[in-house]
Amino acid sequence: MSFPWAQHYEPKAPFMRWLDEKLPLPRFAYNAIGAGYPVPRNLNYMWNFGVLAGFCLVLQIVTGVILAMHYAPNGLVAFDSTEHIMRDVNWGWLMRYAHANGASAFFVVVYMHIFRGLFYGSYKAPREMVWLLGVVIFLLMMATAFMGYVLPWGQMSFWGAKVITGLFGAIPFVGEPLQVWLLGGYAPDNAALNRFFSLHFLLPFVIAGVIILHIWALHIPGSSNPTGVEVKSESDTVGFHPYYTAKDGFGLAVFLILYCAFLFFMPNALGHPDNYIPANPLSTPALIVPEWYFWPYYAILRAFTHDLTIPFTHVVIIEAKLLGVMAMFASILVWFFLPWLDRSPVRSGHYRPLFRKFFWFGLIPCVVVLGYCGGSHAEEPYLMLSQVAAAYYFLHFLVILPLISSFERPEPLPFSITEAVLGSDKKAVLGENTTPAT
Amino acid sequence: MVRIIGFFVGLFFAVMALWAFGTGLATVASQGYLNEETAEKVFHREPQPLHLASDGPFGKFDHRQVQRGYQVYKEVCKACHSLNHVAFRDLAELGYSEAEVKAEAASWTVPGIDPNTGETTTRPGTPTDYFPKPFANDIAARAANSGAVPPDLSLMVKAREGGAAYIHALLTGFQPVPAEVKKQFPDFQVPTGTYYNPYFANLNIKMPPPLTSDGQVAYKDGTPATVDQMAKDVAAFLVWTAEPTQDKRHQTGWPVLGFLLFATVLAYLAKKQVWARAKVRRD
Repeated sequence: MSFPWAQHYEPKAPFMRWLDEKLPLPRFAYNAIGAGYPVPRNLNYMWNFGVLAGFCLVLQIVTGVILAMHYAPNGLVAFDSTEHIMRDVNWGWLMRYAHANGASAFFVVVYMHIFRGLFYGSYKAPREMVWLLGVVIFLLMMATAFMGYVLPWGQMSFWGAKVITGLFGAIPFVGEPLQVWLLGGYAPDNAALNRFFSLHFLLPFVIAGVIILHIWALHIPGSSNPTGVEVKSESDTVGFHPYYTAKDGFGLAVFLILYCAFLFFMPNALGHPDNYIPANPLSTPALIVPEWYFWPYYAILRAFTHDLTIPFTHVVIIEAKLLGVMAMFASILVWFFLPWLDRSPVRSGHYRPLFRKFFWFGLIPCVVVLGYCGGSHAEEPYLMLSQVAAAYYFLHFLVILPLISSFERPEPLPFSITEAVLGSDKKAVLGENTTPAT
Repeated sequence: MVRIIGFFVGLFFAVMALWAFGTGLATVASQGYLNEETAEKVFHREPQPLHLASDGPFGKFDHRQVQRGYQVYKEVCKACHSLNHVAFRDLAELGYSEAEVKAEAASWTVPGIDPNTGETTTRPGTPTDYFPKPFANDIAARAANSGAVPPDLSLMVKAREGGAAYIHALLTGFQPVPAEVKKQFPDFQVPTGTYYNPYFANLNIKMPPPLTSDGQVAYKDGTPATVDQMAKDVAAFLVWTAEPTQDKRHQTGWPVLGFLLFATVLAYLAKKQVWARAKVRRD
């Protein structure tokens, strides 16, 4: 679907006409990411991150497929084969660093994308499905990244795998058999490494599939925008191409500068030195931490240090470890319910004074504190800090957000996107300014 | 319904997190931080900064220094430490000629197979061989080193916080136990077979001081071989063994960044031009 004023694809060259009759692939691209997709004219740079995320996925798949040609998923040689890639494979070091830093870049970009959605209310009707599919993509990304980090079979790979699969062991009754079944043994070993490699190769393509659904679902209502006011007329939109392809091109170039600065000049800055030590089941690292992008969840996991007991007795209902696991999974699952938790009819945080305060002074500091604590030793004061932050995290999404709309008086919304951009609708000359000159 | 269930779920997790917080707070209030002061925490020192030619985005290996470091490895470290990921052929990158690499490889004895009997034997190394291991296996290594396995050095710079600076500090940091340690922690002990070193995580390292006197290695290039110089040189060598491709990485990075800056300017101008059509002047 599209807006009635969307431009239609008209193949000019004979070959394109022929192709369009047999397989309308160019038409499909034209309507999806070309001039045939009308997009609000007021998108700011926060709307660049979706395209960047897509770019990161392609980057990860290309470098990953090349790495897989040289990597050996076997506990005896996995570490050495990674070093073989770094030293002996032509440009192997580039592929490996591009892939390792590409994972971090992917998460940076996706977090920006998610927080843009949170601030501008992109999850609200009619875009709930876009948001839900996005959360699915994020969960798949987390699984993929976790399994990828295990593959070099360094100390942090091994112990990370042990800790994370150990979480399943906290599930009552079925936990331990489930953990053994997942790992193919009692501890991470060759069986686990092999299946992680297999799944790490598979999941990115599943992600690519869900991304297609994500974009499909997006194209039904069309893109949201910083005002949160829906598109009303043709003057509210411009064609995706050339307007947003040009803007995304610029965004991509800036992104690549930052990414390449890390890639070429500090490729190990985001990694952990311990992962350059071969996996050793007999030697536990002083500090077991996941990669930085998992630190907030790791902090939530470790924040729950107290069993749920019947007060004034020692009868344990839920053990602290299980509580931590439940909270960690809940911290992301809660995003699935966001479209129904936030009742405010106003989408954009720009026009929501109370929401804005809780967002900037509540949620953002809370996530930063959680991230910082998650990367630190599990000791005071980090535990206490992460306990307060974890409490706020759940209150924010499940208590504050649903209640805000009852007290909040939103600021007046612009009549239309055009008015927000140009001052008034009359000043937009229909058609003349929105179609590119040829 | 979602909001009502969510409300209670949110309260539940918040209460549990704050309950844990309260317990932690009560503990801290009554007993102070339970993060005990230990000798390891109080007397562990961060390595002093070390500046090498290979540092920074413009860094390039100083071949003479790395060659000296190789000499230190060959004459001192190799007695206990392996260099599993490095082959003799790699030395060519340090400015050795093909003949020199061959001669260097031949000066090492590597394990081999007797072509007539099939028995294991030894032979002189060739450029394609990897540096031989000093011990047949971990058990032999442990037996010869008071129960510790000397770690492989190939990746040591990348595998330790502080990298080359840590290695330099560790090699020059051996000292008698300071009096303050004993004063503050009377129970602190340096067990037999271990040596006090404030740069090592738990202060007691099982490696005996490897660089003990100036002139321990007679440098071929005439550089005075002070302990500090030898430690610096071997640290520089280990930067190279950890990532022999580092020079290439730096050299590749600058043209890439230059191109990207240029592309960014072009992309910005293109974006500006495209958007000029969509803008209507504001009054």
